[in-house]
Amino acid sequence: MKRKEEALIAEHSCLCGEIHSLWLETPMAAEAKPGQFIGIYPKDGARLLMRPISICDVDAERKKLRLVYRAGGAGTKEISGYKASEKMDILGVLGNGYDVEKMKGRKVLLLGGGIGIPPMLLLARELDAAGIACNAVLGYADGRDFLHREFDTLCNTYVATMDGSLGTKGTVIDALKENMLFSDIVCACGPMPMLRAVKEFAKDTGMKAYLSLEERMACGVGACLGCVTKTKNTDPHTHVNNTRICVEGPVFDAEEVLL
Amino acid sequence: MNTAVTIAGVELKNPVMSASGTFGSGHEYSEMTDLNRLGAVVTKGVADRPWEGNPTPRVTEVCGGMLNAIGLQNPGVDVFIERDIPFLKQFDTRIIVNVCGHSVEEYLNVVEKLNDQPVDAYEINVSCPNVKQGALAFGQDAKVLEDTTRRIRDVAKKPVIMKLSPNVTSIKDMALAAEAGGADAISLINTLIGMKIDIEKKRFVLANRTGGLSGPAVKPVALRMVYEAAHAVKLPVIGMGGIACAEDAIEFLLAGATAVAVGTMNFAEPRTMEKVAEGIEAYMKKHGIDDVKELIAAVQD
Repeated sequence: MKRKEEALIAEHSCLCGEIHSLWLETPMAAEAKPGQFIGIYPKDGARLLMRPISICDVDAERKKLRLVYRAGGAGTKEISGYKASEKMDILGVLGNGYDVEKMKGRKVLLLGGGIGIPPMLLLARELDAAGIACNAVLGYADGRDFLHREFDTLCNTYVATMDGSLGTKGTVIDALKENMLFSDIVCACGPMPMLRAVKEFAKDTGMKAYLSLEERMACGVGACLGCVTKTKNTDPHTHVNNTRICVEGPVFDAEEVLL
Repeated sequence: MNTAVTIAGVELKNPVMSASGTFGSGHEYSEMTDLNRLGAVVTKGVADRPWEGNPTPRVTEVCGGMLNAIGLQNPGVDVFIERDIPFLKQFDTRIIVNVCGHSVEEYLNVVEKLNDQPVDAYEINVSCPNVKQGALAFGQDAKVLEDTTRRIRDVAKKPVIMKLSPNVTSIKDMALAAEAGGADAISLINTLIGMKIDIEKKRFVLANRTGGLSGPAVKPVALRMVYEAAHAVKLPVIGMGGIACAEDAIEFLLAGATAVAVGTMNFAEPRTMEKVAEGIEAYMKKHGIDDVKELIAAVQD
């Protein structure tokens, strides 16, 4: 059940640059599926809206969940200042998430670009737990390869950097081609140009693609219709071709969405 | 203690309702807040057919509020009747349907289809700033507003609440025009037209360029307008604009509102309306007020 509740900060640290790692103690950890997200509220009363952040990981006891986020705007910068043992208001668990069951018996490739990398970690963990073989390609701007080591413990991990300082020079698709990582299913999260390229590439090579989208959100629960994406088929809420990323997504079959 | 109020013959168990567009038709928030605690659910705008709404980005936060330019995406009245009314009927609350259209005919199509449905009142959205054709055009000219109100009043079998825009020179004139057209009540304010620019990209943040400003940032403006409108007409007034807590709601009642609506703050705290209803009761208890109606327009110099 979706709800707003307080969560205790267990750990909060900067991984590199603007990238922060936040472990929260919350019963939502027991419910979280890979690809789902949490809304985290700033405390400054002038900032009303939750910040939607994908769930990066949960601990072994499923009592804590981890958010890895970029403090790019004033709200996330404020959030990055809160310390362990302080409390945060969170809204969750939000969105649909990846369906790991559907991937059984298939070869899976995970693609994460920049701040799209974190949700792929929990997905890698759950695929590993379900005995599903997967490879991951992580795309970074430069050699600051946050979360790389965590992925290494769960799957074969490849890296692409735009400046060539680590792994393949170029995009996650360049690394995919270089390492011949063709699979049955590709799961991707990252900036829109990357998702468009993944959609195109998957179509050309006959891979099934699931994409995790983001959009500016207000409510996070499907009431405001702020965060829609264009769809091929009629959407279930409005019966037009605009479906809600926060409820029907953020994970979509690439063939379903018009990017 | 009596918390009930009456708007155009419709009794509400308490004066707290949702503001249109922030609460869907209640489905999404029903797992987080008790709809039975609300005086009424005011639905998101319903048109005579599905509307796609505007391109994204449609929403963005600003200091103390937010801008939206959803463009009234909605499934249309047929889906509303089939899906949303049966859902809302499960709860002990009133149903006020917000009606939108590009033309008077489109408003009338919706009203005609809802006339025999178990809903309690219509709130006519003549004030949405995010739809190019119609909508706000009906709410910015007093003569057009009066005519539109009259044409809807002639067809409607339920009370007609005209929702007024704050984007006008004189809110008093608009309230008087709605009254002259036969409105049973008025509600205000809709959002104030605003803008936000991303200085790094040198682009408008919203695809629509402009959006409606809501949230606590608008409250003083809304309160002043509710006061002016309530003192210009004899109609009951539903006051809204940035209400975040019971204290805010009580200000609106004292300014002359018979009921209040909570909008943007539902996003910040899904239980805001329940808390406002509880807080009004606590205030009444503390001040020895037996009937919430004693608060309406009780502000003094």
